[in-house]
Parts: sequence; C-alpha cells; structure tokens
Amino acid sequence: MSVKDVNLEKVGFDAAEKERAGTYMQVDSQVLKCTVKQEGVEIYPVVEALDRFDWAKKYLWGVLPEDSSLGNFSNGYFIRVLPGASPVFPVQTCLLIDQDDVQHVHNIIIVEEGAELNVITGCSSLPGKGKHIGVSEFYVKKNARLHFTMIHMWGREVEVLPRTGVVVEEGGIFINDYVCLHPAARIKAYPTIYLNGEGATARAQSVLVSTEGTDMDLGTRVYLRSEGTKAEVVSRAVSFGGRLIARGHLIGEKPGVKAHLECKGLLLSDKGVIHAIPELEGRAKDLEMSHEAAVGKIAKEEIEYLMARGLDEDEATATIVRGFLNVDIIGIPESLKRELDEIIKMSDSAM
Amino acid sequence: MLKVESLRVEVAGREILHGVSLEVPKGKVVTLMGPNGSGKSTLIMTIMGFSGYRVTAGRIYFKGKDITEMPVHERVKLGIGLAFQRPPVIKGVKTKQIVEIAASARGREVDPYELAKEVNMENFLERDVNDGFSGGEMKRSEILQLMAMDPDLLLLDEPESGVDLESIGLLGEAINKILGREVEPVEGKSLKEVKKEYAKSALIITHTGHILNYVNADLGYVLINGRIVCSGNPREILRTVEKYGYKECEKCL
Repeated sequence: MSVKDVNLEKVGFDAAEKERAGTYMQVDSQVLKCTVKQEGVEIYPVVEALDRFDWAKKYLWGVLPEDSSLGNFSNGYFIRVLPGASPVFPVQTCLLIDQDDVQHVHNIIIVEEGAELNVITGCSSLPGKGKHIGVSEFYVKKNARLHFTMIHMWGREVEVLPRTGVVVEEGGIFINDYVCLHPAARIKAYPTIYLNGEGATARAQSVLVSTEGTDMDLGTRVYLRSEGTKAEVVSRAVSFGGRLIARGHLIGEKPGVKAHLECKGLLLSDKGVIHAIPELEGRAKDLEMSHEAAVGKIAKEEIEYLMARGLDEDEATATIVRGFLNVDIIGIPESLKRELDEIIKMSDSAM
Repeated sequence: MLKVESLRVEVAGREILHGVSLEVPKGKVVTLMGPNGSGKSTLIMTIMGFSGYRVTAGRIYFKGKDITEMPVHERVKLGIGLAFQRPPVIKGVKTKQIVEIAASARGREVDPYELAKEVNMENFLERDVNDGFSGGEMKRSEILQLMAMDPDLLLLDEPESGVDLESIGLLGEAINKILGREVEPVEGKSLKEVKKEYAKSALIITHTGHILNYVNADLGYVLINGRIVCSGNPREILRTVEKYGYKECEKCL
C-alpha cells in the first residue's frame, strides 16, 4: 500500500486544488507539496520559513512554552495571510504517516491584521503503527479571522499527541472545527486558546466518534483575558465501545466576559466509556459562564418515531446519531459523511 | 381496512386492554372516546406496533393482512400513518428532512415547501423536528408528515389538544384533504356517489370532540378501563358524554 491508496478526499483534500488557496502536504518528514494559488497567502515548510525570515523566529514557541523533551521536529507548515487579505478558498494541509515510526511537526499560522483565512487540515496514516506529534501555534491578529477545520482519520494503532496554542488579538475571531471519526489507538489533545484582545471571540466544535479499542482524551481550553471576549465550546461524542474523555475548561479573567461549554455524549455500547469533564473557572465579577453536560443513550421513543415515518431501526438510529453529531452544521466533506454512515451501520450490527 | 380482534395488551407487565375488538371500514372515519387512562393511546400505539405494547392475545388485521407481529416501518409502508399526541424532539434532524423521509417511505416524492404552506409550516422546515414547537405547531407538523405519507389509514391521537380553535379548522381541512374528503360537488355525481368512493379511513382519539366539527365521523366507540363499552353515532356519543359523563356510557355495558 502506498500514499496513493489513502482516500484523502475524506479528510477534505482536493488534489486538483480547484477550490483551494494553497496546499501543504507532508508525508513522514518529507514535504511533497507546497503551493500557493491565491494572492496574499504565503505557505512554506516551517523549516524553510525559519531559515529565510528572521522575524518568523518569534512565532516559534510564541504561544506554547518551549518543550525540548519533544526533540526536533522534522518540518511542518508555515502559513501567513498578509494584512487585510481574504483568500476566497481555504488553504489545505495534509499530514500523513507512511513509513516512519514517528512524525513530528511544528505548524505555524499567522493571520495578520484584518485578514481572513480558512484552513482545512487532514491528518491520516497508512495502516500500521506510528506516533504523530504535532505542535501548532496560531496567531489571529487584530480584527482577523481564522476558521480552522481539522479532520483526523488515523490508523487503528497510531498514537496521536498534538499540542495546540492559539492567540487571538482584539476583535479577532477563531473558529475551530474538529472531526475525528477514525480514532487512533490513543489520541490526546487539549488545545488552548488565549483571547487576549478586547472583544476577541472563539468558537470550537468537535465531532468525536470512538470505536472499540480506541482511547480518546480531547478537550478545549479557553482563557478569556480581556473585556468583551466570548467563547463557545461544543463537543458531541459518540462511543460505540471506545473510551472517550470529553473535556472543556473556560477561564474567565475579566468582568463581562461570556462563555458557554457544552459536552454531550451518546453511549451506544456497554463496553464504552464517556467521561465528560466540563470546568468553569471565574476570576472576575460580572461574568457569565455556563456549561451543559449530558451522557445518555438514544431514546427508544425517538427511534420509534422515525420508524413511524418509515425508517427501519438501523436507519432511524443512524439518522439520530448523525443529527446528534451535527455533521451537517460543520462543513465536512460528503464522502466523510457517507463514511460516518458506514461506521454507524457497522457498529450497529456489532451491538 | 382495519380490524382489531379480541386484543389483549400489556404495558410494563400490566394488562391495559382486556380484549378489544373494533373495526374501521374502508372509507370511514371512526372516533374513539374514553376517560383518561382508559387505554385509547395504548390501542393506537399497539396498532402502530411500538415496543412496550405487548400483545398477549388477539390479532390486528390491516387490508386483510395479519400485522400483529409486523415491524413499525413495514406497517407504515403498508399504509398506516400515525399523528402522535406528544411527538419527541429530534435534535439535528430538520423538519424538512422528516417530511422527505415520510414521503419516501411510501414511495412518494413531495415538495416539502408546497405541502408546508397548507398547514402554515413553511417557516419550520429548517428547524429541528419539534424543537421548541408549541402544542399547535407540533400538531401541524404531525399532519404535515401525514400529508407527505398519504396513508390509507390515519391514526390521530388527540389531534386537537393544545390547538387554538382557529388552527383546529386548518388541521381539519388538512385531514379532510388527506382523507380525500373535501366535499365539493363533482360534475355528474351525487354527493352520495362521491362519498361511496372514499377510500381512506381514520381512527381518531378525541377528548373534546372539537375535531368532529371539521371532520365528519361515521362511527364512534367508547373505551373504558380497557374495554369497548359502546359504539354508535359519534355525535350522539359526544352529546351523552358532555351531558352525563362517561358513567352513562358504562351503563351500556
């Protein structure tokens, strides 16, 4: 099997680049593709960017504390959108594990003042063991907007340990959509978003499916550090037998901030575990923070209602699970939606 | 169309229906009245085939077929359509989507917007099924789904409860339309002849009888404590119940 056999369409990858502002593709430690299709966008392998531009160095370990224990990264992407630029199409990035035991990347995205950027990033692996360490640091400057969609489709024996830090300046917006339908053996991530500037906003939505033999520990942490900052963190998790921890931590540090956290889980097998850990931490007066957490099963009543509209039991279950996961709200590729239906069907018959 | 024979039904180990027999002939609208807890909804849920309603004796026939053991969705395909009294909320599933699901179950293709206009539901199509709907909106959504299904037998569980008077008229019209009962003189045919061609049937649970002002019922049954105690002219039954309560009906026994 080779890289060509992996269906990258499912992780949002458009090989023809028709509707893409640019592409970065890395297999193991090798950069296979690094192209720019629209003005105002700069894409480099991160090693090259750091080598060429002195100013780029301040963005390395600029959000996250430097951790030398991780060792050296092989490469990663460096994406920058110039001030005021707003490319029509998203930039796509794709990180694949093929032969190597460990893939270690360091990614940097800078959206300059008043600029806008959509990024679709797909991470996948060929069947086999492996470990993915991905450090990502994103900078959303004043009145800029970054919409980052990440689709994970790992092999069953891969370990995934990303670290993500995001800084949002005044009036900036960061939207994070995360979809993980093919969980790895172990995946652990707790991206942290710092809303540093006044009126900065963060919205994070995760769609998580955990099948038997997988262990997922995922959450989002948001520091609301300025007045008027807002955050909404929503996670929808379905376990067909896997272990899944859904975390969320909101820290309100200034009066008047608003934040909401929602962790909802559907547990469809006795073998699975869903552990929702929502945390709210208020550190100033006059703030509004709330959370909503629920773990449950699909109500028989809902299944039978859809059966009374002509669906058989499996179709009814799949319809409800799809609805619960909100897949139609997040713009995930059609082929991935079909994949989700297949996963539900397969897990259904296994139940 | 529908024949229920000596039906005994248990819910959570307790017998609710103690041998109920009734018939809904082709082209007829039949009402089912009775006090709270008499087993009316249980009967309808059992006819639809829901789990939790265990048939311990008796049979249910639809279009001559024994459907007693048939799964719910197959009964739907065969032509039974139920409007729920209290339908559940289904998050993430749009009303438009469930209308399309309902239509395709019966091999039909519909334009949800055109259908929705008839029950003033066009602004609800993009909303999650029943999410935040008022009582009346839920009923209209139920009827909209039945319109999409175009069933041969309508099971209506209190279609007028929680609905304001104005909307009952609207619902009544929509129900008549599904039943093919918009009584308009047809050229070359007497009204009697038109009525003879009615092919669709309904079994309607009603508490207040308000719906009878809009939908002409042909026959009425009274169910008390899990037994049919009386059958006859639905308007007479309604008048008796209004005047004397169900006690008088019990004397029929």
